[in-house]
Amino acid sequence: MSRQALVQVKHLTRYYSQTCAVNDVSFDLAKGEVLGFLGPNGAGKSSTMQMITGNLAPGAGQVNIAGIDLLEQPKQAKREIGYLPEQPPLYRELTVDEFLRYCAQLNRIPRSHISSAMAIAKERTGLGDVGRRLIGNLSKGYQQRVGIAQAIIHSPAVVILDEPTVGLDPLQIREIRALICELGKEHGIILSTHILPEVQATCTRVQIINRGQLVFSDTTAGLESRMNATALIAGFHSAPDLAALQQLSGVERVEPLPGNRVRLHYDDSNPAEALVEQSVAQRWRLHELTPQCRTLEQIFIELTCSEEQHSHSGDSSQ
Amino acid sequence: MIFTIAARELRSLFLSPLAWAILAVTLFILAYLFLTQIETFIGLQPRLAAIKGAPGVADIIVAPLLADAAVVLLLITPLITMRTISEERRNRTISLLFSAPVSMTEIVIGKYLGILSFFIILLALLALMPLSLLAGTDLDLGKLAAGMLGLTLVVAAFSAIGLYMSSLTEQPTVAAVTTFGLLLLLWIIDWAGTTEATGSSMLAQLSMLRHYEPLLKGLFNSTDVAYYLLIILLFTGFTIRRMDASRLQH
Repeated sequence: MSRQALVQVKHLTRYYSQTCAVNDVSFDLAKGEVLGFLGPNGAGKSSTMQMITGNLAPGAGQVNIAGIDLLEQPKQAKREIGYLPEQPPLYRELTVDEFLRYCAQLNRIPRSHISSAMAIAKERTGLGDVGRRLIGNLSKGYQQRVGIAQAIIHSPAVVILDEPTVGLDPLQIREIRALICELGKEHGIILSTHILPEVQATCTRVQIINRGQLVFSDTTAGLESRMNATALIAGFHSAPDLAALQQLSGVERVEPLPGNRVRLHYDDSNPAEALVEQSVAQRWRLHELTPQCRTLEQIFIELTCSEEQHSHSGDSSQ
Repeated sequence: MIFTIAARELRSLFLSPLAWAILAVTLFILAYLFLTQIETFIGLQPRLAAIKGAPGVADIIVAPLLADAAVVLLLITPLITMRTISEERRNRTISLLFSAPVSMTEIVIGKYLGILSFFIILLALLALMPLSLLAGTDLDLGKLAAGMLGLTLVVAAFSAIGLYMSSLTEQPTVAAVTTFGLLLLLWIIDWAGTTEATGSSMLAQLSMLRHYEPLLKGLFNSTDVAYYLLIILLFTGFTIRRMDASRLQH
């Protein structure tokens, strides 16, 4: 394997009785990538993640973790996975230290390394001073951190986080995002979320899944170029003729808006400069000029809602 | 790895008040039964002294105590086993085990040994009662050993059945009720058709009680031991299959 993909998912398919939760999903994850998994509720995000981590048997398809087939050699493959499910799997009656020690043992960390592995995991997740407290008494944010600590304690090649920032306060969200970015340098990370800015803040690649199918897959940079402005909004005190605006080079379509404002759609060349020159020359008294960007949200809605009409929603959030 | 899981299981049991309450109540009731048996023995003693080869303390105190202990354990095993798998499913903590490099067999055997160690502790405390008789009288240690072996096998079989029932449902109470039902059925199954020779002999073979009684008398029969080992293997095997299947369906 020349590309050294940490995760290779090929034609993954899963049905829940008649409902198709995941339909022929294939993707790769390379080292150093943070892959954001986006999708509306019930799109199959969690199911896909459960299949990658061996919590759910796929109906068809193949999962390779660090070159090891998950279905044929589950034990070896699972050593390279750290997984934080939607609901963190915590034993409330144990203290943080006891729990992390148990996780370290489960992941077959040699006895002599357990203490140092625990110390590193706790330091990275900011759990240093709660080691002796009961997990059940911790706040939601701290419990989430224990969940993340559990997923990274054996420094796996792949860390899979299912909605890691749900239920946290804004400060904690920022800390967790910083942690994810830091982890992304050494591990491959798959992150599911339906908070769109989170993807822009943390991920290097984005995949949007809808109705069990991948509908979009690109780097964050590629996504940003998609989001680049394709329209300008201009406001005038003495509005010109729409036809005059149409004459400007690059303008495809002029859309009048209320209050002497217009939206200028363009494709390649930005007409802003020409517009300003013309405005000065013709005394249009331009007072507003705003490039209009497409947000990730708009792209997301375009991709996930376009097919919404011709089929009823399948609920498979399990 | 198995022992890591078993240790966690045992630890969690003792971190909840349930295990302590069960230990306390069970030992209290068994101690009461033990004392009543001693009283019976003291009442019989003058007459027994006249008979040559009369039954000793092992027959009059230990055997009834262990027979009663099996019934008490039949009542409490479901309470201990009910949460082992069902609650992990319910709290979604099971995915911790599923995504760790551990096989399903290791998970199930680990959990089974965790429960079993709890009962071993209970049985060790129970064994102290008959052993205290050594201070004042002669005790047939062979008979006591056979009886304790029998009780251990009975409880081990109970636990295996309870573990399987716990893997079937997410509701601990449902697991407890079904475990209790199945245990009781296996205990009394030979009551049916006692007159018919053919049917009753087959049902008697299935009965847990019938395989326990010879051991209480000090009779070590390999068929009896094999019966309990088969039940244990069968139900832990079922549990492993069931856990594997749970990843398939939803």
